Amino acid sequence: MERKSLISITDFSTEEIVRILEIANELENNPQPHLLDGKVVATLFFEPSTRTRLSFESAINRMGGRVIGFSDPNISSVSKGETLKDTIRIVSNYCDLIVMRHPLEGSSRYASEVATVPVINAGDGANQHPTQTLLDMYSIKKTQGRLDNINIFMVGDLKYGRTVHSLVQAMSPFNPTFNFISHPKLRMPQEYLDFLDEKKVKYYQHEQFTDIISEADIIYMTRVQRERFQDLMEYEKTKDLYILHNSMLETTKPTMKILHPLPRVNEISQDVDPNPKAYYFEQALNGVFARQAVISYVLGLKK
Amino acid sequence: MDKSELKVNAIKDGTVIDHIPAQDLFKVVKILKLESVENQVTFGTNLDSKKLGKKAIIKISDRFFEDSEIDKIALLAPNANLNIIKNYEVAEKRTVELPEKIKGICKCMNPKCITNAEPMPTKFTVVSKTPPALKCDYCGKVTDQEHFVII
Repeated sequence: MERKSLISITDFSTEEIVRILEIANELENNPQPHLLDGKVVATLFFEPSTRTRLSFESAINRMGGRVIGFSDPNISSVSKGETLKDTIRIVSNYCDLIVMRHPLEGSSRYASEVATVPVINAGDGANQHPTQTLLDMYSIKKTQGRLDNINIFMVGDLKYGRTVHSLVQAMSPFNPTFNFISHPKLRMPQEYLDFLDEKKVKYYQHEQFTDIISEADIIYMTRVQRERFQDLMEYEKTKDLYILHNSMLETTKPTMKILHPLPRVNEISQDVDPNPKAYYFEQALNGVFARQAVISYVLGLKK
Repeated sequence: MDKSELKVNAIKDGTVIDHIPAQDLFKVVKILKLESVENQVTFGTNLDSKKLGKKAIIKISDRFFEDSEIDKIALLAPNANLNIIKNYEVAEKRTVELPEKIKGICKCMNPKCITNAEPMPTKFTVVSKTPPALKCDYCGKVTDQEHFVII
């Protein structure tokens, strides 16, 4: 059995990413409810994340696998002070694959070093969440019919949002154009702009929405968290600048789709939901297919 | 040999590490684990240096270091140089150079990094040699010279 973990999106080559998106498409069109027969997957959630956990568990169950694990570290041995290493070594004995979420950065990489089964990172603090990136890319591919030459607008918190950072990196080989719309304090960090410069990817930075969104193929919305602002007055003054309303979508391309990693608070107005350009709920469904693809790939069941 | 070196005794065979910043002498001792060796070791510190102001020097008898071992001190003492002494003569001179990878030695400056919560060694990739900067192989954050904490 092949043993390959997925900790960061950069662990996979561009060819592997493309292949995983193909597998996701295969599994969506031809579900394989027995692919994981006899397999046990451990979902270890050292911090709660109901949405991600249910998505993984749905992906596993729909392929016939069994799930063990915990969703709250307070009831596990972690609360007794066991090291992560010991927990991972023990759980490795009980399963064929570990899916883990942990509040500390780098925890999944460390787990993959001490585990004897593959590890899939379901989020390690502010660091990485690679299956989110894969489901975002799957959503782009599915709605636009391609990954190449996509004009992607990213809006909201571009400084702290790990999903936008990973997506920028993973899309860069496909000749994208990026438009970043954010408050100056929440701009895309310089290291990612340097990365784009190095890869010769075109990008533009804006401080607010303008009619330039008519050029978008994808608008990727993110949540602006109040706690990111030290000055709450500034937050109150600026928060409404980054809200997407249905009226703003009139001039956008008919094929344009709005993505959001969810949960949403108010950055996408409720009146957008009925618009066929709103794609964030289907995007969440795509997460199940993308995760099925990753699970079957790291277990060597799909090549 | 310059005059300041002569302030500490010459050795017959062994290694002389010169041009260590005086304030980092004991960190270098720790990195090289000199506190637990059986060899004769002579330290000199707060010696005058044109390059560093105050420098330190270490002379270790009958001990020769692997490159990988000695290069670790480049983290603290990028200007350090080594004289390999054979029969009171300098048989070889070399400078230190940061290796591509650093294991242990330094803490990751990210308080939310797993390496600061688990009993495990740190691992870094050197992303800049001058000034030295280390990217954590676990959390991906860069620890710069200003934040080096030697374990």
